[in-house]
This record gives sequence, C-alpha cells and structure tokens, in this order.
Amino acid sequence: MAKKIKVIMAKPGLDGHDRGAKLLSRILAEAGMEVVYTGLRQTPEMVVDTALQEDANVVGLSSLSGVHTYFFPRVVELLKQKKMQNVLVVGGGIIPEEDIPELKKAGVAAIFGPGTNTGEIVQFIKGNVKGN
Amino acid sequence: MEDLVGEMLAGSVRALARVITLVENEDQRAYELMGCLFPHTGKAYVIGITGSPGTGKSTLTDKIAIALRQQNLTVGIIAVDPSSPFTGGALLGDRIRMQRASVDPGVFIRSMATRGHLGGLARTTADVIKILDAFGKDYIIVETVGVGQDEVEIAKTADTTILVLAPGLGDAIQSMKAGVMEIADIYAINKADRDGADQLFSDVRIRVDQDVHIRKKAWEAPVLSTVAVDDKGVAELVEAIDTHRRFLQESGRMTSARWEKTRHETLALLKEEVSRIILERILGNGRFDALIDEIISRKKDPYTSVQEIIQSLFPQHA
Repeated sequence: MAKKIKVIMAKPGLDGHDRGAKLLSRILAEAGMEVVYTGLRQTPEMVVDTALQEDANVVGLSSLSGVHTYFFPRVVELLKQKKMQNVLVVGGGIIPEEDIPELKKAGVAAIFGPGTNTGEIVQFIKGNVKGN
Repeated sequence: MEDLVGEMLAGSVRALARVITLVENEDQRAYELMGCLFPHTGKAYVIGITGSPGTGKSTLTDKIAIALRQQNLTVGIIAVDPSSPFTGGALLGDRIRMQRASVDPGVFIRSMATRGHLGGLARTTADVIKILDAFGKDYIIVETVGVGQDEVEIAKTADTTILVLAPGLGDAIQSMKAGVMEIADIYAINKADRDGADQLFSDVRIRVDQDVHIRKKAWEAPVLSTVAVDDKGVAELVEAIDTHRRFLQESGRMTSARWEKTRHETLALLKEEVSRIILERILGNGRFDALIDEIISRKKDPYTSVQEIIQSLFPQHA
C-alpha cells in the first residue's frame, strides 16, 4: 500500500483570508495527498495537536496578517517538543522577503509567496517530506 | 513493535497516532500490532453517524462528543471523507466542524480517507476502532462519508447507528425505500429549523410505524429533531443513544450482535489473506497474461481456465 502524504493546512491567528489556503488544499489533494483543512483562528497549540493526532508529515501555515514571525517558529518549536521534528513545515501568504531568512533559521523549510507556481510547491513537498 | 503498543497502552497520544498510521497504511507490521492490542479491546461503545453529504453529521458528532465529555467519558472520533478515484488524494474536512471537541484532551479525532473502499468507511476503519478501544476510549464515534442510498457498512460496525437527515432532499416515497433508511437505530432530523422539517419528521415517523406494522420489532427507532449548530436536541439524542445501549445490554442483543460482528470481521480478514496469497501464487509465475491472450483468441475460455487453475492449486478440490 503506497503511503500517502498527510498534510495539515492551517490558518494561525485571526487572519480571515482563506482563499489561498483552500486553493492549495485542493491542489495538494489533486496531487494525491490527504489534506486536513483546519480552518481559521488556529493557535499554534491547536495546529500541533491536530498534526499529532493526524500523524501529519507536513504542516502548511498561511498568514496574510503579519503574525508569521511569531506563529510560524512557534509551531516548529511545539512540534519539536512533541518529538515531531521530522514534520515538514512550510508557509505562505504575505511574508516580506526580509523575514524569510529568520523563518528558515527557525525551522520553516520554505516560504511560498503569492504567485508561486503551485507545481513547485507540490514538488518541494514531495521531494522534502520525511517518513515518520 | 511491542514498545510502540506498550507506549500507546500507557497513554501516549503520539504512539496512538503512529499505530493508526501503520495499520491504515496496511504496513506489514500491522497484523502483529493488531494482534498485540486485540486483548485490550471490547470495552468501547461505538456510535455510527451516517447520512447524505451536508446533513450536519460532523457538527452533530462534535456536539455529541461534548455532551459525552460532560459525563466525564473519553471519546475517540473517526471522520471519514472520500478519496478521489482519479487522483487518489483527499480533502479531509470533517474535523473543521469539531473545533470545540478538538481542543479537549479527552477527545481524539482522526480523519480517514476512503482510499477507494466503498460502503461508507475506509477499509481499515474497523481496525482503527479497535485501536481507539484498546487505547481506552469509552465511546468511539464513527462518522461515515456522505452516503447515498445504500452504503450500509456502518451498521455492521457500530453498536448504535444514527441516520442524519435534513429537510428538502426528498419526500415520503424516498423515506420508504430500502438501504440507509433500514439501518437506523435512531433517526435525527437535523437542520430542523428549516422549511420542510416538519414534513420530513412526519414522513420518517410514518416509515417507522410501517416498519412496526410489517414486522414486530423489539426496538422502535426514535425520530428526533436537532439543530446541531445551535446545540438543540443534542441532549435528547444522547439520551436516546443511552436508551438504545441499555436495550441492547438488557435484551442480550449486545452479545449476539458483537458475536456476529466478530465473525463478519474475522471472515473478511481471512478472505483478504486467502485472496492475497493465492493471487500472489497465480500472478507470480507470469503465465496469467499468456492465458489472457489465449482467452481473447477463444483458444480457451475464462470459466474452464479458472477451474483448471483451482484444480492445479487444490488437487483434492472436486
């Protein structure tokens, strides 16, 4: 039985712009992945708890309201605490270029801004996802 | 392997999630894992929630879970969504409706994709139920995919099956038909604040009366109205589940139903393994494709050929 890539797609914080997250959820599902869409207003704890229960391989975080500098590293940190350091964390939304190095240092594997070719996102995930 | 099961039985949610993954992926360790934890099963009560897409199953599941938690019971939820028959992927969008239940440490929610299995559940859902049972969940709620008229698999898996209906999707003749209407232990008319709810309630009540008329039934399925998003009617629904549970226990049906269930599941496992082993043998020698060529050209026919294959595998078989 081929293993499926399990993805959690989350919108942390109070940001309500979910069109991108929803579209990407569909795109990843079309690429053969099993995507749990968590919806809005997720705290880092909620996202990690979901990832834990669903035994996720990937956590995708979408933020268009500027909370990424806190939320994205916080999710990575909590995943580590729960011994889920192998989970691939990727982010998207409105992320200023200058914030990306910090986010990567904090453990976010990639940031996909607006206009990123969605095929690229799929390839990145497939190429970098780790087995549990 | 024993370590993982040991950790799970000691209460590790991470281990629980990992065990579920291994079994869901039909990993070769799955058989051993299930064998290890089977002795710890048999305690949980399983509630099945089924119905057409969009009737409010997920929302109702969330509310039922919360109500059970208020009685200090622990809950496991399996929420099934369909896999694409074209791409193999899935959008698992049930737990989004269970936000309140999902932040409760006494509730464990796992989404499952059907991965091509028909009938309303995923192929390994029955195994995942056992895993949650062994983990110690008092109640396990299984939410099927949005079903059509005749996906009735849940009835073989759950102790109490709740059929969720919503107004506007059919008339009295619809409610007389076979299939999902037959498997309900409880009918829940959800979205009862919408137009047509009263009519639907009446149509379903009439069906239940017809059922009683046709065959003396020991359990008459109650028909309840709910508005899940507003938490209306949920307490009554939970009470009905409780009543059904007591009925099953007091009438001895719990025991006989579980016996049937175990027989059904064990037989299914056996069929699968037998099939797998035999097909491996037959398809492994490379002659099958050559046989197909002969069949296409009418040198052989599939019926005789199959008998010949069986003869060669089981010479004693008449």
